[in-house]
Order: sequence, then structure tokens, then C-alpha cells
Amino acid sequence: MTDLTKLTLTEARDGLKKKTFTAAELTDAFIAAIEAGNGALNAYVLTTPDHARAQAKAADARLAKGEVRALEGIPLGHKDLFCTNGVRTTACSKILGNFVPTYESTVGANLWHAGAVMLGKLNNDEFAMGSSNETSAFGPVVSPWRRNGSDAKLVPGGSSGGSSSAVAADLCLGATATDTGGSIRQPAALTGTVGIKPTYGRCSRWGIVAFASSLDQAGPIAKTVEDTAVMLGAMAGYDPKDSTCVDAPVPDYAAQMRQGVKGLRVGVPKEYRVEGMSKEIEALWQQGIEWLKAAGATIHEISLPHTKYALPAYYIVAPAEASSNLARYDGVRYGLRVPGKDITDMYSQTRAAGFGKEVRRRVLIGTYVLSAGYYDAYYLKAQKVRTLIKRDFDEAWNKVDVVLTPTTPSPAFAFGEKTGDPLAMYLEDIFTVTVNMAGLPGMSVPAGLSSEGTPLGLQFIGKPFDEGTLFRAGKVIEDAAGRITPPQKWWLSTSKGR
Amino acid sequence: MQVDEATVQRIARLARITVTPEEAKALVKELSGILNWVEQLGEVDTSNVEPMTRVVPIALPKRKDEITDGEIPDQVTKNAPQTEDHFFVVPKVVE
Repeated sequence: MTDLTKLTLTEARDGLKKKTFTAAELTDAFIAAIEAGNGALNAYVLTTPDHARAQAKAADARLAKGEVRALEGIPLGHKDLFCTNGVRTTACSKILGNFVPTYESTVGANLWHAGAVMLGKLNNDEFAMGSSNETSAFGPVVSPWRRNGSDAKLVPGGSSGGSSSAVAADLCLGATATDTGGSIRQPAALTGTVGIKPTYGRCSRWGIVAFASSLDQAGPIAKTVEDTAVMLGAMAGYDPKDSTCVDAPVPDYAAQMRQGVKGLRVGVPKEYRVEGMSKEIEALWQQGIEWLKAAGATIHEISLPHTKYALPAYYIVAPAEASSNLARYDGVRYGLRVPGKDITDMYSQTRAAGFGKEVRRRVLIGTYVLSAGYYDAYYLKAQKVRTLIKRDFDEAWNKVDVVLTPTTPSPAFAFGEKTGDPLAMYLEDIFTVTVNMAGLPGMSVPAGLSSEGTPLGLQFIGKPFDEGTLFRAGKVIEDAAGRITPPQKWWLSTSKGR
Repeated sequence: MQVDEATVQRIARLARITVTPEEAKALVKELSGILNWVEQLGEVDTSNVEPMTRVVPIALPKRKDEITDGEIPDQVTKNAPQTEDHFFVVPKVVE
């Protein structure tokens, strides 16, 4: 039989329907691939093969009866930020220790109700705070990509680095992810995968470990634009348990994707031509413009004047909300407890031992900007700047239907290259963070390779709840650029075979 | 904005995170760097601009004030480091 792990999600779905293979066979192929490959990549922090086989068996029963749901028998990886009933959930932090939720996140429940199979929990930056997956308590994730002629370990991006690495390495057909400042789109760009962060409110946040509540959104990372369209369709939907979740019907994204871009007005913001942007990123952007023109879209230069202030405003808003959300980790109700001489000392020792360096840094920044006398100068100021960032986009939508930018300022970097300087790491999100600040949908699509032989992505930004246009535009880039996959499966250990 | 070690320790106390003197030294540099960098927001004229409260203009939904969940103390205390008869046990707070 051909290697089932190489299929796209949509191809696998067709194969299951035609009974070319069973869900059990498909799931077993991925379990074997994870056994052979996860040692080198560290994408999964927990594998759940028994759970997966049981779900696959149930899927096969439904497939036999012709009761096929949207993701029937499709094996997925699940970011460890999503609470899973009876399955350890840690947000890749020591402070959650062996936390085993007694409930399922809404997005997770939606996927399992659509017939999907969970292969295991995927690595991420601790509490989703990072852009390289190097802050995880389980250690960094390795990208399946390498630079030409080098075997230096590259980062898969972050915070959804386990998701992007597992999808790019064929260790699942698709993966859940979350995005607070770029954590779906940047890892997708660095690994040649497709990632979409939907509009704020499109997916329920209930049961997802909270980082910054006004910015967090769940979305998929998968191999193709269509695969992400199918996954998002299953993940999205109204949930009364999240008061910011929007009660609006979920369209058929895959059908919208096929509508093409004839007459679509594409905006190119001049403020994204930042100083120090590499020539090849600029060339890639131009290539994307040409591809869209050839497909019938029109290109318009636009201005988003407050772009440069999005990142500093984000590094006030996100740590402020994080410091508040993470106050719950106090060693009382769940997770780690370090004894102290009194209750305050117990809290402080627990949090010092349980939080990693980057998380401590952000909680302290957040505490500072919210502290008495500083709230107006920092937090309120940042939220006012945020209003202006959103207003820039609102004005742009009078002239264009979608915005095209690069996803990242540079290709994947090596381990340790940016860990010394927090600000250098924060700049990874320079092109993605505006989207979260304005609550808009954004997608990264693979568009080419760097001179180092590693993937580069282009980003589309859409109007609120207009994910359909992102899928249409993304499909044009995908069709023109072709799928981008790692040249060699070097991560498969030979001892265990394939 | 330049923070000093005393400020770092004051914030750390507010955040309930123990910080050693060595860590405080490193944090002085890191936090000052980040705070100096965000100072550029001062260039933006935000007079007459409302702070953002929600990105999607929907009214906060209301529900009936009814109990819809509960009677699950086993589940609620299942992950706690120390419990007794469905209570969370903590170090003595009142002498």
C-alpha cells in the first residue's frame, strides 16, 4: 500500500469514503509514523494510540453504514493548550504538572463530533508565549526542514510549533492550533504548511488554556488550503459558554474557496515594507502580487498608518491580560504546589518554580503595566492605539476586499539564535500581530523557498467573518506555488522501520 | 522607563513570584528594555480616541440566572494538590 501519511486530509477523506483503506489502517499508519519520527522532532508531548484506535474503530463502523460526518476517521494532532477530558493537558508548563481535565474544550468536542481521531497532544511554547517553541517545558520542537547542506536544527515557529512540525512531517493530517499574536500563521509560514486564524469570536475559546483573552483564537494548521477550510468548518460555531463567541452560521468554506479571485481587490500596505526586510521576502511578495493579477485580481496600494505601533501595543495588552489569566495558577486547585512558610510564600514559590523564564517575564511586565499609577499610561494608551489600528483596517475595507503581506520578516532560524534577546524574538510577529489587535481573520500560505532552501509564506488579512475570501485568495497562491514539502524524511528512525 | 531592582521586587511581590537577587538583576535589564521600547506609543496622538473594549461589535449575551451545572465536587477537586472532604487544603491563613 502507498504511504497513507503522505495524503492530504481531503485525499484521505476521499479514500475512506471509497473504502480504499479503513480508518483503522489510516490511524495505524500515523501511529507508526509518530513512533518512528517523534523522537527526533518532539512534536507530540503525549501520544494517545489506544484512544485513537478506539475512535478509528467507531469511524469505520459509521463509514460502513454510510453515516459519514465531515472528518470521519481523520487523524489529527491536538495542541496541548486544549483541555481534553481524561487526557493530560499542560499548556507545556510545569505549573500544570499532571493536570487531567474533567471536561473537553468546545473546539475539541466539535472535532470529535465531526468524526475526527485524536493521535495525541502537540507541543507548544509554554502558555503559547513564544515564536520558536523553545520555551516549552517539554523542550523545543525540531522543524522537519533543514537549510541546504546543513543539519543544524531549525525552529518550526511558535507557539504552535508542535502543530506545524507534525503537519509538515506527515505525523498527522491536520492539527489544531491557537493564535494570539501570530502563533498559527508564523509556524505555518516557517514549515511550508497552511494556517488560518479566524475572526475573533468565530471559534469558541471555552476549554482552551487562556493566554490573552481579547486576542486568543483557535484555528487549524494543515497541508493545503482546502484541508484548513474543511477543518475550520468543523471547529467553528456558536457556543453559549464563551460570551465573545459569535452566533452566526458557518459557511461551506471549501465551496467558497473554489470561487476564484476574478475582480477581487487586493490591498498591499506600504507600511509593511519595513526596514531591513530581506530581498527575497520582497521578491516573494511581488511574486504573490503577479500570481493574483494573473488570476484576475486587481492590486491597490493602501496605507495602514499605525502598523508600526501594533507590536509595542501588543506587548502591553497581551502581558497585561496574561498576568491576570495566569493568576489562577496558585498551587491550590490544580497543578504544582511548592511548600512555603505561609500561604503567600507558597503561592510565590509555586509560581517561581512552575513558570518558565519567558512566562515569568511576561507576567511581571503585565503586573507592572496594570499596577497603580501606570494603568492609564500603558494599558489604556495601548487600547486606544488598538482602536486606531482597527480604524486603519476599517478604512482600507472601503477600497479593498483583502490585504496581502509577507507572513514573517525572515525564514526559519536555528535553535538559540533569538533566545538571548526577548525583543528580537518579539519582532517575529511584526506582520501578524496587527490582525489579532484588530480581531480580523488572517491566513498564511506557503509561497516559495528561501535561498537557504526553507519555506516562506504569504499572509492574507480579511474583513471580519470573511474567511471565505482568504480561502479563495490562498488557493490562488497554492495553485501557483505548488505544495512545498521537506525534501527528505531524515527524522524517521531506521531502527523502527517505516 | 528604567526600572530598578527594588521596583522589580515590588512587582514580583504583586505577581506572587519569588525572584532571587540574581534574577532581579537580569530582569532590570530585560524589563527596562521592553518598557523603553513600548514608550514609542507616546508618539501617537490618542486624544479623543476611545480605548478598545471589544473587537467585534456584538452586545454581550445574557442568560437566565439559573443553576445549570454543579454537584460535581469530585471533579472540581480531582486535580488539587491537597484536599480533604471536597475542600482545598492550604497553609494556615489566620493565627
